[in-house]
Amino acid sequence: MMKMPVFRITAITSFLTGTAAFIAAPNLYAEWGLNLPPPSSPVAADILDLHNMIMLVCLIILIIVSGAMFWSVFRHRKSRGAVAAKFSHSTKLEIVWTIIPFLILVGMAIPSTNVLLKMEDTTDSTLTIKVTGYQWKWRYEYPEQGISFFSTLSTARDQIENKADKGENYLLEVDNPIVLPEGRKVRILLTANDVIHAWWIPKFGVKKDAIPGYINEMWVNVDEPGTYRGQCAELCGKDHGYMPIVAEVLSEQDFNAWVESQTQLQAVADEAADKTWSSEELMARGKEVYGQCAACHGAEGQGVPGAFPAIAGSAIATGPIDSHVDLVMNGRPGTAMAAFKTQLNDLDVAAVITYQRNSFGNNTGDAVQPAEIKAKR
Amino acid sequence: MATADIAHHDDHDHHPYGFMRWVTTTNHKDIGTMYLIFSLVMFFVGGAMAMMIRAELFQPGLQVIDPQTFNMMTTMHALIMIFGAVMPGFVGFANWQIPLMIGAPDMALPRLNNWSFWILPFAFTMLLGTLLVEGGGPAGGWTLYAPLSIQGGMGVDMTILAIHMMGISSVLGAINVIVTIFNMRAPSMTLMKMPLFVWTWLITAFLLIAVMPVLAGAVTMLLTDRHFGTAFFDPAGGGDPVLFQHVFWFFGHPEVYILILPAFGVISEIIPTFARKPLFGYDSMVFATAGIAFLSFIVWAHHMFTVGMPLTGELFFMYSTMLIAVPTGVKVFNWISTMWRGSMTFETPMLFAVAVVFLFTIGGLSGLMLAITPADFQYHDTYFVVAHFHYVLFSGSIMAMMGAVYYWLPKWTGHMYNEKLGQLHFWLTAIFFNITFFPQHFLGLAGMPRRIPDYALQFTEFNVVSSIGAFGLGIAQLLFVYIVVQTIRGGQKASDEVWEGSHGLEWTLPSPPPYHTFATPPQVR
Repeated sequence: MMKMPVFRITAITSFLTGTAAFIAAPNLYAEWGLNLPPPSSPVAADILDLHNMIMLVCLIILIIVSGAMFWSVFRHRKSRGAVAAKFSHSTKLEIVWTIIPFLILVGMAIPSTNVLLKMEDTTDSTLTIKVTGYQWKWRYEYPEQGISFFSTLSTARDQIENKADKGENYLLEVDNPIVLPEGRKVRILLTANDVIHAWWIPKFGVKKDAIPGYINEMWVNVDEPGTYRGQCAELCGKDHGYMPIVAEVLSEQDFNAWVESQTQLQAVADEAADKTWSSEELMARGKEVYGQCAACHGAEGQGVPGAFPAIAGSAIATGPIDSHVDLVMNGRPGTAMAAFKTQLNDLDVAAVITYQRNSFGNNTGDAVQPAEIKAKR
Repeated sequence: MATADIAHHDDHDHHPYGFMRWVTTTNHKDIGTMYLIFSLVMFFVGGAMAMMIRAELFQPGLQVIDPQTFNMMTTMHALIMIFGAVMPGFVGFANWQIPLMIGAPDMALPRLNNWSFWILPFAFTMLLGTLLVEGGGPAGGWTLYAPLSIQGGMGVDMTILAIHMMGISSVLGAINVIVTIFNMRAPSMTLMKMPLFVWTWLITAFLLIAVMPVLAGAVTMLLTDRHFGTAFFDPAGGGDPVLFQHVFWFFGHPEVYILILPAFGVISEIIPTFARKPLFGYDSMVFATAGIAFLSFIVWAHHMFTVGMPLTGELFFMYSTMLIAVPTGVKVFNWISTMWRGSMTFETPMLFAVAVVFLFTIGGLSGLMLAITPADFQYHDTYFVVAHFHYVLFSGSIMAMMGAVYYWLPKWTGHMYNEKLGQLHFWLTAIFFNITFFPQHFLGLAGMPRRIPDYALQFTEFNVVSSIGAFGLGIAQLLFVYIVVQTIRGGQKASDEVWEGSHGLEWTLPSPPPYHTFATPPQVR
């Protein structure tokens, strides 16, 4: 931003020096960011230019208009002996200050239209990635490469609850980032599974809603390899603040290698589903997968009274296996309970059900095998 | 009116005393007072929620409330401030002032008036009651977007019912305003001689009648989706989640002008009084207000640029939204021209009016920035938007209301308020307001989404500043209550004119005015 905000910050900080400095001091990653972040894609660069231009025009208008007002406020005071004039209209003046703003608006509209036309043109992309929003995680699919995975917050719960120091990328880190090739026009398709989310990385200059039943599209073309961070931008329920977006941009060569390694991982997972697993193995894996359930049902299966049911001692988790499997696989329409058969593979469904039936005081002794889940698909 | 009433002399108040006076009253002054007290109470309830929000955001990490409660607080804060503080507040001013300003003995439909007020305490008891039921209050944002609001518990249903009741109250109040203005003006007070506050309220009343039923429709569809098997907003049943947003914002954008137009009216009354000079460009003020009202119906989708509209739709809503800057600019220029070469003094109402013109202009310009579609993709759903709408709603509507209280309270009570304390309240409010909300522009640009209970470390500094400002702003409002109570209970006697430069029919009456005024219509110049 321009002059005035900088002046304001000086004013504000000096006003609050004591408190603010004291509280902010331990924070090593302090940034008094004043403007949009530096752009990393052509669209973001265009938006930044546009933003700076409009900002400048608005500041000039503000200075002129409020300048006139404050001039009057200081000069035309009764205490300075000012005598009120009698005029109450001027057709000429009123025409002028209707037309001039209109012309300024036209001047703003032309470059804005150009940038918008460019943003909305998703043709000639060389890669397509499908992004699906879930409460509260993202799924990234590369249809042409047959790759699919989920991306969830990886910040430790202890940091959020102030029991541990917060890391550099607090709340902006995930387990599996979306991976993009450098310098290629990538088309991103957006949809959602439950409620509306919005996918946004400020440095890419793109933000679009992921809406159930819709497929929205946008494109990015990132100049440089690196890690880029953003967040879900549409209120999507309890953990809206905890579903970050991290993009790893790789060189063409590294990207191809990554695609290769993902394809192999997929093959390993397919094989795993066919073998018979011991209870211990299932429990260990189930505990990991349960992290996804814990967002609503609590780390100890205690749930949130009135909002999300408990798993500990529940009729489902201690009753017939079939109805438990059915609930996890198909969800409960009209509630936040999603159909996890679209999100988890056979092994993970089997493991997490086994874990739920033998944890938090539940002790059915059941072990569910991936093959049983496969049969129910 | 019964013949027996005409036989009595109107200057004497015939009404029950104590509690029953307020329950049964059909007097516009009593009802106006109740609306204003209700608004003040809601301002503090909504304000307390804002304090909880800012306390949680004071530092990164979760300290004060859990994320679900945080979402309830943001949702309820907005609903209570919009429907409980600002709208009833302006209806209170309308009740007190419209009959006094147009020379009418009362509102045209006094019993309806009583009813439209008494719906509100019940509606808000129900809304606040959601916090006590299983599942808690609404937590999907005040916009109640589907499908998120389909997920909530019984609190969402209670909210829907409360919104219906508020809507009925608003529409009844609006009908009353329109009927009063069209039928009860003093002889020879033509429409183009009406005070601007009356004009802005007339136009606001038409907006209310046009859009409150649209909101009622939207939330009713939500209710049937939740409980009666319809699928208006559920794609699995052939519905469309974006439909909700279109219907909601078709209400929502005129709604923001419902919140600000009466404030424009207040400013247009205060500035000429303290500049001792007639309002500049009266006719263009009226036409600009009507122009803003018309445009408000064709700009709604600028609230939803990111839903993936067709390009032509995005262009249309960008251009139409930008156009609003023209009539709004006309208003600001007219206010400044009214001050220009006036003979100004700066009592508390004038301080508020000058601050509103300046701060509202900042909010208006950030609004213009938000209209630019490509740039909006960066601003949308960030703290930049939060800063923008608090600049137009707090330093627009609410500070205008505070100015209006200082302006008319001496007339209503017959006592002058304490000028020193009034000015202190003004400066505390203006300074803390800016400390709270100006840094939020930077937070938004740096990438902080709105409606999050916890944030990444790079947003810490400005959040600390913003929270400190918010606590100061909250505490400063206790002074406001003290001043108002002090003025009602006593103080220096106010003259009939109250202000040296006062103009208009209300100032021809004694301070305080008798219970019944203008039993015979006054003469208008």
